[in-house]
Amino acid sequence: MTVAKIVIENVLKVFGHRVSDALVQIENGVSKSDVLAETGCVVGVNDISLRIEAGETFVIMGLSGSGKSTLVRHFNRLIDPTRGQIYVDGEDILKYNDAQLRDFRRKKISMVFQSFGLLPHKTVLENVAFGLKVRGESKALQHEKAHYWVDAVGLKGYESHYPSQLSGGMRQRVGLARALAADTDIILMDEAFSALDPLIRAEMQDQLITLQSTLNKTIVFITHDLDEALRIGNRIAIMKDGQLIQVGTPHDILSNPADEYVDRFVQRRTTTLQEGI
Amino acid sequence: MGQCQRGRKDSKLTLTSCPYANSLAEGIFYSTLLGMGMFPSFITFSMTDWINSGVDSLVVNYGDFFRQISDFLIVFIINLEKFLRFVPWWLMLCIVALIAFHATRKVIPTLVITGLLFLVGAVGLWDKLMQTLALMLIATFLSVLIGIPMGILSARSDRLRKILIPLLDIMQTMPSFVYLIPVLMLFGLGKVPAIFATVIYAVPPLIRLTDLGIRQVDKEIIEAVNAFGVTRTQRLFGVQLPLALPSIMAGINQTTMMSLSMVVIASMIGARGLGEEVLIGIQTLDVGRGLEAGLAIVILAVVFDRIIQAYGKPRYGESL
Repeated sequence: MTVAKIVIENVLKVFGHRVSDALVQIENGVSKSDVLAETGCVVGVNDISLRIEAGETFVIMGLSGSGKSTLVRHFNRLIDPTRGQIYVDGEDILKYNDAQLRDFRRKKISMVFQSFGLLPHKTVLENVAFGLKVRGESKALQHEKAHYWVDAVGLKGYESHYPSQLSGGMRQRVGLARALAADTDIILMDEAFSALDPLIRAEMQDQLITLQSTLNKTIVFITHDLDEALRIGNRIAIMKDGQLIQVGTPHDILSNPADEYVDRFVQRRTTTLQEGI
Repeated sequence: MGQCQRGRKDSKLTLTSCPYANSLAEGIFYSTLLGMGMFPSFITFSMTDWINSGVDSLVVNYGDFFRQISDFLIVFIINLEKFLRFVPWWLMLCIVALIAFHATRKVIPTLVITGLLFLVGAVGLWDKLMQTLALMLIATFLSVLIGIPMGILSARSDRLRKILIPLLDIMQTMPSFVYLIPVLMLFGLGKVPAIFATVIYAVPPLIRLTDLGIRQVDKEIIEAVNAFGVTRTQRLFGVQLPLALPSIMAGINQTTMMSLSMVVIASMIGARGLGEEVLIGIQTLDVGRGLEAGLAIVILAVVFDRIIQAYGKPRYGESL
């Protein structure tokens, strides 16, 4: 079997001051809310292991506070785990020093944020070229690639606008173009479309699916919306309270919900669909 | 022991029913009881002597070193002053008008700024204005040189910030005459001590506002640029400083305003310029002369303020 693109093993993340106390409690199977009450520590991610294959769109789904955004930040080490292993292309990224980590973020993994994270003092074109500029590509290449991706996400004509002059949907297209222009194997998308209104969101989902059909990137997509997860995911992982409840294809999730929590998601969706008809 | 003894004596005189007020505690008790609210002298101490000897030894041992700094700085000041006074007044007005227009991009503010400076010249204070301007420019330049790096460091480290904040509070609240004396002893009379005193007083807001500006940069933006693998330098110069610019410019603005408010005090230790005119006005009870120079200082403040504020306003993202 080939090496998976991203492998994480027993990743656990505790925020707070009394981490060692919290770890002991977690070992003893104390619940997330009890750990918080007793030690003041927040359990972000609790003992998660996952394999994400190259070229798949892997969706991590859960309600807010379930730890999905915390988990995805481990993949590019915006957050370091309290415990556990993380491998990307078979390399242990936790062993990277600062320079290696920068290199890894510049060339292998990029990210799209829920609140866009655009630079307000740079134009659309400069924002899209940001990743290329950071890693020291030539001006000509920055320009060429940035123009290409601005066109590809449908923002032709807005190159010299500033983010504050754009609508939410357009800003997220800039965020997407910035990640795509960096031309990394892996793209992390943290609730990338959650801040957008339903019509724009559907449009962006379509665009992502179209782009992905030609690009074959490894996409890790975070969402709290089951419809979105079913629509774009090859596989879906469902999280609750920092733990993994179920991992499977959209079909698995719909036909064999692992527990009552997942089932409630599925049921809600079915009822809304029926009401829609 | 004077206070205590007197207290006891008084108590014996008035409170005859209490003849055994011998102990220290009773002494304090009675002196308080009798409204002798004086602070007992046996627990007072004075820092005067050791501070004085400290400053003395500083002057004796390092005086030459400070004189060298002074000589080094004075060359800059004198040359800048010479240059500003050498430039014809009309050319100077043109330069100011150009800068003002570049900053504000508007005709009327530019005309007002230039017109106000023209007025100062018209009342015969042009030369004094240039002397004050030279002092101000150097004080502001030094403040920026010290303040912005300190602000950047303080934004980076919470510990440094905790130490720095009370220090800055002291620098801003300590009456300036207090540090003028040792500065005078170290640097001698004239422009250099005036500039040092001005910088001490004027640099705190710049440090504070640089720190604040950098800390206020949206966490999401910092996270996003980190995710693209920026180095510290790229993050500082490409993101943090540009986004903190309005705040930093407000700090520079504060610095110039505060250094202008030091102009009169600076003139007391031999700095020439508009402050000197105010001082002469006070000393000779010449209200008109004092007011004229005072207004000229205000005009200089307004000119600086308008130009710096215009540069501090972010131009990006104005709707088209």
